[in-house]
Amino acid sequence: MQKYLSFFRLRFSMGLQYRTAAFAGVITQFAWGAMGILVYRAFYEVDSTAFPMTFSAVVSYIWMQQAFLAFFTVWMMENEIFDSIINGNISYELCRPIHIYDMWFFRTIANRFSAATLRCFPILVVASFLPKPFGLQPPASLIHFFLFLITLLLGLAVTVSLCILIYSLTFFTISPAGLKILFTSMVEFFSGAVIPLPFFPEKIQKMMELLPFASMQNVALRIYSADMTNRQMFSAVTLQIFWLITLVSCGKKLCSMAEKKVSIQGG
Amino acid sequence: MITMEHICKSYKIAKRNAGFGEACKALFHRKYEKIYALNDITFTIKDGEMVGYIGPNGAGKSSTIKILSGILTPDSGNCFVDGRIPYKDRIEHVRQIGVVFGQRSQLWWDVPVIDSFELLKDIYSISSSMYHTNLEELTALLNLGELLRSPVRQLSLGQRMRCEIAASLLHNPKILFLDEPTIGLDAVSKLAVRDFIHKQNQIHKTTVILTTHDMQDIEALTKRIILIGKGKILMDGTLEDIQKGNKNIDETVAELYRTYDI
Repeated sequence: MQKYLSFFRLRFSMGLQYRTAAFAGVITQFAWGAMGILVYRAFYEVDSTAFPMTFSAVVSYIWMQQAFLAFFTVWMMENEIFDSIINGNISYELCRPIHIYDMWFFRTIANRFSAATLRCFPILVVASFLPKPFGLQPPASLIHFFLFLITLLLGLAVTVSLCILIYSLTFFTISPAGLKILFTSMVEFFSGAVIPLPFFPEKIQKMMELLPFASMQNVALRIYSADMTNRQMFSAVTLQIFWLITLVSCGKKLCSMAEKKVSIQGG
Repeated sequence: MITMEHICKSYKIAKRNAGFGEACKALFHRKYEKIYALNDITFTIKDGEMVGYIGPNGAGKSSTIKILSGILTPDSGNCFVDGRIPYKDRIEHVRQIGVVFGQRSQLWWDVPVIDSFELLKDIYSISSSMYHTNLEELTALLNLGELLRSPVRQLSLGQRMRCEIAASLLHNPKILFLDEPTIGLDAVSKLAVRDFIHKQNQIHKTTVILTTHDMQDIEALTKRIILIGKGKILMDGTLEDIQKGNKNIDETVAELYRTYDI
């Protein structure tokens, strides 16, 4: 365990080096969040009863989504891992007494953590001081807040385990380009990154909520704005745990298959 | 003790001729050729031995090293290193070995060398006292000193290679695989590295397997030579066996390659 924690530490401190990238990220997220909120406002002004979530819930959803973007976007995959598979540098990792899967898991989590640490606070602070309908609301209750934190971390773990599935598949396809496009667009659409899942027609939403993609950002962001009933929250957390276990065991299986069959590229 | 018995390894390689027409054709019908990188390789290496593993480009040297270090799984044959099968028991096996791939880097690009070393300390669970003794010894022998605090990306090739070699030895490996460790080194660094490998073998009785195209490395370090060509072992003997008259080592080896037509 100690070795994986050191991986985490090194990666985390490396991530903190990139201040300019973080600053640019914060600005982008503000612009993006504001744009989203203004679009929703236009819709809500026409008929606010026609929508499944209250306007302030949508606003909190969007600000939280922007603040923790680094936790949940799938396009933020690690090029270093892809490169190491493509050019064969993975051979050095295979010479170490570590499990490739666990190492990837910790390093990806660490990267996302450091990126989010640098980006979330300015967004959270400014968004909570914005005037009323446009600002981030405090959580519905203390319990909602704790559940939000737990599901946030679970969602991060589910996202990371999906990313590692893509890394492992690259052992077989060599080029990650196709896989990246396929998974990124699927996740963006099905996870509630484009529009929150309650905005979909009810039948489709019910199906979407069962998919692993709904166990990423959807749960935490909706729990924060109290958009779920207790029963819904319970089943959402159970599904998150289910998908986490499933994705991790699939990933481990695939990874060990790849390790057996791997041919190191580039001599 | 390292034993390789009848090891075979083949790769499937997609081949096509040059040109756009050929590329389109390959879209629908791809021709694969099976290349036997290793074809019935058998040898034994005793503990504490230093062996030069030589052969022309594409002979199968690196494939052998990768099988021995547990990265590749052979198609057939048996391989035992200290009683373990490297590719089956990878994690236990790699604790005991050190590997340097001359053309790759194991150090983290963005951080000072010492950070990579500290990470390796945790990865191999090296005790603090052993880590500090080894680090001091390696720093002195390889003349690392100031290099340790510079980011890897700002080191020259030779400086980096000295750090790479140190990185592979922090955990006191019993066996050291060196895959072209002197690529791109200047005369001084080359001598330092050779001297160091020699000492490592003398003091710690480390088994060393060295692949290189630099025959001076072989001359300076190893008594035993294994010659491989087209995936087969062609000769297993000493430097004196192949040396004829006063020819220098490069000419001798080139002639050897010619006689075996590899």
